[in-house]
Amino acid sequence: MSKELLSGAELVVRTLEYLKISTIFGVPGGAILPAYDPLYDSPVRHVLARHEQGAGHMAEGYAQATGELGVVIATSGPGATNLVTPLANALMDSTPLLAITGQVASTAIGNDAFQEAYTVGLTMAATKHNYLITDASEIPQIIQEAKYIATTGRPGPVLVDIPKDILNQKVEWIEPTHKDLPGYKPTLEPNPKMVQQAANLIKQSKKPLLYVGGGIIHSKSNNELFELATKHNIPVVTTLMGRGAFPDGHELCLEMPGMHGNYTATTAIQKSDLLIAIGVRFDDRVTANPDFFAQNAKVIHADIDPAEIGKVREPQVPIVGDAKSVLSGLIENLNGFNSDFSDWLEEIKTMQNKHPLSYNQEDSGPLKVPFVLQEIQKLTEDNAIVVSGVGQHQMWISQHWNFIEPNTWLNSGGLGTMGYALPAAIGAQAAYPDKQVLALDGDGCFQMTCQELITASTENIPIKIVVFNNGNHGMVRQWQKIFYKSRFSASELTHHTPDYVKLAESMGAVGLRITEKDEVIPTFEKMLSINDKPVLIDCVVDPDDLVFPMVPAGGSNDEIILNNEDLKKL
Amino acid sequence: MNERILSVLVEDKPGVLARVSSTISRRGFNINSLSVGPTNIDGRSKMTIVTELDTVEQVKKQLNKLVNVIKIVELDPDMTIETEVLLIKVSINKDTQTLVIEKAQLSNARSVDVGQDFAVFELTGSSKDLDKFEKLMKPFGIIEMVRGGRIALQTNQ
Repeated sequence: MSKELLSGAELVVRTLEYLKISTIFGVPGGAILPAYDPLYDSPVRHVLARHEQGAGHMAEGYAQATGELGVVIATSGPGATNLVTPLANALMDSTPLLAITGQVASTAIGNDAFQEAYTVGLTMAATKHNYLITDASEIPQIIQEAKYIATTGRPGPVLVDIPKDILNQKVEWIEPTHKDLPGYKPTLEPNPKMVQQAANLIKQSKKPLLYVGGGIIHSKSNNELFELATKHNIPVVTTLMGRGAFPDGHELCLEMPGMHGNYTATTAIQKSDLLIAIGVRFDDRVTANPDFFAQNAKVIHADIDPAEIGKVREPQVPIVGDAKSVLSGLIENLNGFNSDFSDWLEEIKTMQNKHPLSYNQEDSGPLKVPFVLQEIQKLTEDNAIVVSGVGQHQMWISQHWNFIEPNTWLNSGGLGTMGYALPAAIGAQAAYPDKQVLALDGDGCFQMTCQELITASTENIPIKIVVFNNGNHGMVRQWQKIFYKSRFSASELTHHTPDYVKLAESMGAVGLRITEKDEVIPTFEKMLSINDKPVLIDCVVDPDDLVFPMVPAGGSNDEIILNNEDLKKL
Repeated sequence: MNERILSVLVEDKPGVLARVSSTISRRGFNINSLSVGPTNIDGRSKMTIVTELDTVEQVKKQLNKLVNVIKIVELDPDMTIETEVLLIKVSINKDTQTLVIEKAQLSNARSVDVGQDFAVFELTGSSKDLDKFEKLMKPFGIIEMVRGGRIALQTNQ
């Protein structure tokens, strides 16, 4: 009996089903068109985005919320170039992403054919790995390999480029196998001697501090982190990518350090004698000038990516391994150790009391974002997923929102991609239709990808959006105020700003507006009561508010600007 | 000597050289030389990368992240045989012909082609040997010159 022949396109869809992928995000087009035909009959849900960048961020939001692979599909040429931003974003934030792109026919490659772009070349520096498929029979194996690479080790984006003639080529299905990749062997288990050395340093320290980030969330090791920290009373700072890895509100949680981190988190690092850095990369937004960073501290640095260790700061104890195994090893090695860090915790408490986060909301004055955040959080479910854009609002959310669980805070940390919030929220809501998913965005960010509101309405994805409307690129304005003598060059959006309520309505969503203090709660309540379509609140806020604390780029974390008075002294 | 030599075993797949060179350039690493060629193992190529001391650790780690890079070995200079190839076209005339060829022979260069007004020599050796030979030929007039990347292997594993 002759075996069934399938087209490359059918193999793509069958492989997605084989890998149990339930939802993908994409935009069709010429070269990828063959793959859309079998998709028509497939149980795989396809969410039609309005722009490939949006589709990419949706897949990222899906992946960040679930901790599983996000999948995006696009056509050749502009379809692929529009994916470059989400790919670069996923690479920076270690988000597991699979991108499948159509390519012009293999016979036309290199001829400047219609909608041809050198996708593999263009995305080489924006992916963990990428492939150009040259024979349809390779499709199942390569897509499986791509998923394996994207989701293991330090996660990241992998792109598979498939020429149109290969999508039409008929071959037999060959079940993918777990083939050994000679050049790809992530180290998961840490060297036990290193873990032991780390434990010894912890025993000798007086002021230990856990400095943790996205690695905890990727390795799903928040429980181990909690056990280690609470068993031995070690305080924890969670970086922007690590918010939710340790519960806010816990007395050991100092929350976010760095450029806009709170005083205590940033200063605790400076005063610590031992940084236990796990799943973090000593990013410049955390360290400021690395020469002045944690000068009194020895460093234990554990990461699954060996290239992160020693990149910025040479550690006393380097550990390559998965955060979960590292933490379990530390717990084991510290068994029976009776810690007494009470002096250190006392010192921290004093800092917290002296310099709490603050904001000043006047009764009749313009609305401040931190105030609105405090108010709406009272009404929000504990496990709601909060998605943010990039800029002032992002920093305020990270500062003022209480993140209790991992994967509930989605943002673009490394690349700082404005426009991330709305599509990423759609992706998260597609994964969890019954959870509250809030996109808390800035107006500058919102205008970058707002067409995806149509996607949300059309696909019945009832996300809740708050656009903090200050009529400006707020963070740009803040820097111009501080560093460019208030010369607000090209940062104002007010002259041609849309009516966001009408815009939402025209795109099939509900539009609401908040301008006064007492409108916050009732309007937000109204938003939460609508669950059959997306709702947007245009929340008009103070354009002159500044995010504090602040450490200027390249400055020292010992010199934190806490408020307007500090600013005047500059 | 602040130079370090890396011997990089890679999968012989399309785009590997581009991946390696793109990683080096986007991370801002300095490299002095890069050469690539087949090995005795099917489907494997070897690259020899000469870089500077201060970046060698990061170069190694970043290249190791590439899926097609299998193994990176830093060669111990005391146990390493290193060689480079040079092709040089030198201008000659009746008066200089004998002298040029004689000097080339003394430097162990092989004469590949001799025309009426030019001679082409090939020389393999250390970078220093090649530099010396280039200097030696300069007074006669170098018409064209090309040097291959440096290749190296360790004598004792």
